[in-house]
Amino acid sequence: MLKITALSKRYKTGDDALKAVSLEVPDGQVLGLIGPSGAGKSTLIRCVNRLVEPTSGSIDLNGAQLQKMGSRKLRKSRRKIGMIFQEYALVERLSVMENVLSGRLGYVGFWKSLFRKFPQSDIDEAFRLLERVGLDHMVNKRADELSGGQRQRVGIARALIQNPELLLVDEPTASLDPKTSRQIMRLICELCEERGLSAIINIHDVALAKLFVQRIVGLQAGEVVFDGAPESLDSSVLTQIYGEEDWEATSKDKASENEEADPDDVNVEPSNV
Amino acid sequence: MMSSNAATSDKPVWQHRTTGKQLAIWFAWLVFVAVFVACWMFISNRTEWYFVYDAPRIAADIWGRATPPRWPYLDKIWKPLWDTLNVATIGTALSLVFAVPIAFLAARNTTPSATLIRPIALLFIVTSRSINSLIWALLLVAIIGPGILAGTIAIALRSIGFVAKLLYEAIEEINLDQVEAITATGASRWQIMSYGIVPQIMPAFAGITVFRWDINIRESTVLGLVGAGGIGLQLQGSLNTLAWPQVSLILLVIFIAVVISEWISAMVRRAII
Amino acid sequence: MSEAVAQSGGRTWRKPPAIERPWLRYGLLVFTLIYLYFAVGSYDVNWARVAEGMERGWKFIKAFANPDFVSRRSDFIEGMTESIIMTVTSTVVGIMISIPVALGAASNLAPLPIYLFCRTIIAISRALHEIIVAILMVAIFGFGPLAGFITLSFATIGFLAKLLAEDIEAMDKSQAEAVKATGASWLQWINYAVQPQVMPRLIGLSMYRLDINFRESAVLGLVGAGGIGATLNTAFDRYEFDTAAAIIITIIAIVMILEYSSSIIRRWVQ
Repeated sequence: MLKITALSKRYKTGDDALKAVSLEVPDGQVLGLIGPSGAGKSTLIRCVNRLVEPTSGSIDLNGAQLQKMGSRKLRKSRRKIGMIFQEYALVERLSVMENVLSGRLGYVGFWKSLFRKFPQSDIDEAFRLLERVGLDHMVNKRADELSGGQRQRVGIARALIQNPELLLVDEPTASLDPKTSRQIMRLICELCEERGLSAIINIHDVALAKLFVQRIVGLQAGEVVFDGAPESLDSSVLTQIYGEEDWEATSKDKASENEEADPDDVNVEPSNV
Repeated sequence: MMSSNAATSDKPVWQHRTTGKQLAIWFAWLVFVAVFVACWMFISNRTEWYFVYDAPRIAADIWGRATPPRWPYLDKIWKPLWDTLNVATIGTALSLVFAVPIAFLAARNTTPSATLIRPIALLFIVTSRSINSLIWALLLVAIIGPGILAGTIAIALRSIGFVAKLLYEAIEEINLDQVEAITATGASRWQIMSYGIVPQIMPAFAGITVFRWDINIRESTVLGLVGAGGIGLQLQGSLNTLAWPQVSLILLVIFIAVVISEWISAMVRRAII
Repeated sequence: MSEAVAQSGGRTWRKPPAIERPWLRYGLLVFTLIYLYFAVGSYDVNWARVAEGMERGWKFIKAFANPDFVSRRSDFIEGMTESIIMTVTSTVVGIMISIPVALGAASNLAPLPIYLFCRTIIAISRALHEIIVAILMVAIFGFGPLAGFITLSFATIGFLAKLLAEDIEAMDKSQAEAVKATGASWLQWINYAVQPQVMPRLIGLSMYRLDINFRESAVLGLVGAGGIGATLNTAFDRYEFDTAAAIIITIIAIVMILEYSSSIIRRWVQ
């Protein structure tokens, strides 16, 4: 269970990205974090694994106080937190397999990792995950030869091979087309369910969020302004988060679109994008 | 008539530049031309124009003496040519040993200390770059005596700055998302280096190395003029004895060697990218 | 799913080698080793002389702490002025000649005969080291800065025209077409479509070349083509390391100033 208490972040420029945010994510819950650009979504999840140093507040992951840790302990904790990125953030000149195995870096020594001598159990797991995301036929392809959807699948495998307790997902679908976006979101949510993982998913697309996550938190100017079930996210709440807009028109369109969608299109044809 | 109309009417007047700006530009040109003329007078004062008027005749005379090249002299050139190749190749290899660490110390995103170590690394780079390899050779010949060792070290010293500068610029331009993703897995500092940074700069590194090798072939052909070995030594000897047919042969050989090395370098660089 | 898991269990993985064909991989390795063996073997080093030189080397390093700008003051000022003046004039003239040559060497602008002619000029200029050109120029025009000026101008053409031509070839075609479509003449077209696109790069390259020309001008004196090189050569010949250190420090300082101002100018034009 992740427990964030009074987390604040002020950048050197003087911008308050987060203002005393408190949030609890129970085990196994998939949480969608929505809000306008610049609301602090990205800062919030980066504070959890301290890619961004929080200014104050505490982060408690299953009893470990992340904000207090020195670099060695922090690395140990980062191993338990998988992260998936908007632009995939694969190391483009490494192969698919090397990218997936890089998720195990926290567990192997420098020289072993330099010569790519990972334990057989890691390699087995990598093959298993690549099969699960439908990419086991591209093991030795270089990451920059892959399409967007395929790259994000590799990104997912890299996060999962860490055997994480928590998944941080930063705009996983922002660079993908609508169909691939759904496939990727479905894949992430299925995998979380299979493994009983909790996840925080930053997401721009409100309709997509409502479709897949169990709980939605709305962030506005660094503060939590909504926290509840996807169903209770109506136009007044959206106005509160994003500002004035004719929400009925857009959400109706989205709703009808949702009904037409075929729910079975995930990972049957992984190379379609 | 027309202009006064335009000025008094309400129609907007479009001017490429404001009057003040235009004046400043004219003034800048004036200064520029004045400086150039002054410089030219300086050179002119130091020139024996008598010789210059005679130049076409002298050029024709030299051409007459230099052709045809003295082909049998080729036998005496192979060894110096081999030396020249070695000076360039070993010199380049030697420079890499120092240039790579200096580049990492000089790059803003990998330097251990931006206030102390980075300026020192940058000073090394600018020192090495500012001084022509011929001056380095002059210096080394004075210190360790004539020969190809002095030439090799001169080439290496000059190349360190070149390679390190281009390499540290490449390091500063890497994609930080990829580094962030590797950091998030709990990788150590050296692992982040070997998985997140090195793969990204590898093509630039290989390209820079081959590029510098090609330049070094060109440079090492003349090091002999100051006694640092190679084919330049033969050139110097032939010039001193006014053996123009030998000079033309040596110049021809140098030309061919440079063209071949440039071709090899271009081919390798194309293969990398 | 469970079958697939069972299959994948125990599958080994190794990083595929960078060069796939084994004969090429091992061939290159063997070739490199043999080359290194013979190349290193060809070094005939007089270690006694080197050891003897270490002391001089140390003296030289110490000279940097105590450079002597004074004892050859007139030679020093004379040589530096000559170097700087050669640099400025040759860069200006080099740029002026480079621009038409670059236009001629851009395959998307020039007809084939002109293209080949300009490319030949560039190739010759690039293949000949400045010092070699300087030797010939001194032989033809006599000693002095004129030979250096011609040498550096010629070298500038090879550098600038080549890079500029590549930039022109890589320019955005749609902008060029749009201006052509207005019915502009060839010169208008160059002025409106080509020039704005390549101008920042031309300025950046010119500043860079100014820097290179200065560094080169410091060695042309070795063969009598003017500049500080002659003084430097004398200083080394006489083991006057403190004077040599003074000259080298000045060169480094001027290069640093040039680099700094060129970075400012480049930021300013972009």
